[in-house]
Amino acid sequence: MLKIDNISKTFNPGTINAKTALKGLSLNVEDGDFITIIGSNGAGKSTLFNAISGVFFTDEGRIILDGQDITMMPEHKRSRTIGRLFQDPMLGSAPGMTVEENLALAAGSGSWLSRTSRKEKQMFREKLSLLDMGLEDRMKQPVGLLSGGQRQALTLMMATINPPRLLLLDEHTAALDPATAVKVLKITKEVVADEHITCMMITHNLESALEYGNRTLMMDSGNIVFDVAGEERSKLTSEDLLNAFKKNVGHMLDNDRILLEKN
Amino acid sequence: MSDFLPLLQTALELGLISSLTVLALFLSYSMLNVCDLSTDGCFTLGATVGAVVALTGHPFLAIFAAMAAGMLSGLVTAFLQTKMGVDSLLAGIVVNTALYSVNIAVMGNSSLLNLNKTETVFTKMHSLLEGSPLEGQYKLVVAIIAVILVILFLSFFLDTKLGLAIRATGNNPAMVKSSSINTTFVTIIGLVIANAFTGLSGCLLSQSQKSVNIDIGTGMVTIALASLLIGNTFFGKKSIPVRAIGVVIGAFLFRLVYTIALRFHMPAYMLKLVSSVIVIISISGPYLKSKMGLVKRNLELKKSGKEVA
Repeated sequence: MLKIDNISKTFNPGTINAKTALKGLSLNVEDGDFITIIGSNGAGKSTLFNAISGVFFTDEGRIILDGQDITMMPEHKRSRTIGRLFQDPMLGSAPGMTVEENLALAAGSGSWLSRTSRKEKQMFREKLSLLDMGLEDRMKQPVGLLSGGQRQALTLMMATINPPRLLLLDEHTAALDPATAVKVLKITKEVVADEHITCMMITHNLESALEYGNRTLMMDSGNIVFDVAGEERSKLTSEDLLNAFKKNVGHMLDNDRILLEKN
Repeated sequence: MSDFLPLLQTALELGLISSLTVLALFLSYSMLNVCDLSTDGCFTLGATVGAVVALTGHPFLAIFAAMAAGMLSGLVTAFLQTKMGVDSLLAGIVVNTALYSVNIAVMGNSSLLNLNKTETVFTKMHSLLEGSPLEGQYKLVVAIIAVILVILFLSFFLDTKLGLAIRATGNNPAMVKSSSINTTFVTIIGLVIANAFTGLSGCLLSQSQKSVNIDIGTGMVTIALASLLIGNTFFGKKSIPVRAIGVVIGAFLFRLVYTIALRFHMPAYMLKLVSSVIVIISISGPYLKSKMGLVKRNLELKKSGKEVA
């Protein structure tokens, strides 16, 4: 459903700060895939997501989503089919607006001048109660009063209330405490399965990288260096993944967080 | 006491008329988070266009013409900042400067227009209320109707999909950037509507005082901001309709304080200095308050540091 063909991106080209963040990367994502992505800092994981969602245009290559060439499509138009969640829970919702208003904005149904119907509000309430965070009783409260975990769960709900074709999760649980992170991951898994959303998730946790999804990619220096799925993947342990990284990249994962996060 | 009531009435009339500009800033400044510095020029534009149309004998058409002129001015400001790469503050300043020439041109190469013998919405209301107990308050009635209509509109509008998009754009630009909201479109709509109210406000002021001069809108943005910030201190965290009523009360309080100050022989030219000071206090107040904690702690540490030594 997503076909990335040989994309490259260099930031600050022609200057001393030139940095090639993506180097001729190609990737084929099948409908219904849940892909986890690991790699060191600066490997190009977030850059890949930014390229897919249109934060910038790539220098070379093409991106095709559901048969449509979106290489030059502006970000806000891609957002209709591509949902995104970031590490920072503050980025995904408007703090000065209520839970209900944020959801209404995300639902975006009806014309510009229509207001949120009672039926919609009821639907929001039901969806919120699935989160099991008590948010269904706080619909009239500003989002700024919620905790980081609650806000991220709400953002997930906002991103999937109109199920996108593709959901990009950029370490969306990294800023949460471990218990909340597990909870949000569990909700993620359920929503993605229920709505049949194709999903890509960046994580620094090797265990989650193998536990969730059906395919795992490892990135380094702007390209994919290891790609595993199916039976081969189900036999892997996080140690195997570390070894695979050593073998494919030639150095250890430079990030202590990865080694420590084996809870 | 006998001369206090007329004073109160004048403050109410002027407060309500200028509160329409405050409601415009409520939309552009509080909701969309754009400080629209073309407000002064746009207010004058509403006044001049309204006066010129009223002079042709169409006081009601004058109101719509003034609002349309305001919308056009807002469209230019919004276009400059969303499509032409002009910084939003600069866009307002540039449009404000340009409007000075436009306003003189609208008044037919003059900086003053007199509406003494012209029929206005206020004289219409006056003859309508003749003989009724409200006869003396005809200006107040017109102003109240306008304010109620604008508040009703804003309360409805800010709850629609488009209104929510405007509020989100002002509240969390990072979120809106990664959503399917077209920020350019939303900013344009927000500024166009806000400036319609600014134009309306100018039009009503010129019709109520039966004259326009080129300086009628000078300093309006600061006066309106002062009123807005006063209103926000009371109802800043409440629902949208309550906040809108709050800023109208803010506009009235501002006028009241000013009118009372005049009674105590404050010269009229002090209005703009006073409004500037109010804006500064209401913006820096919370900032300085947040710094106070740090300063206190620093002093305490220094003091205890001496004891340690």
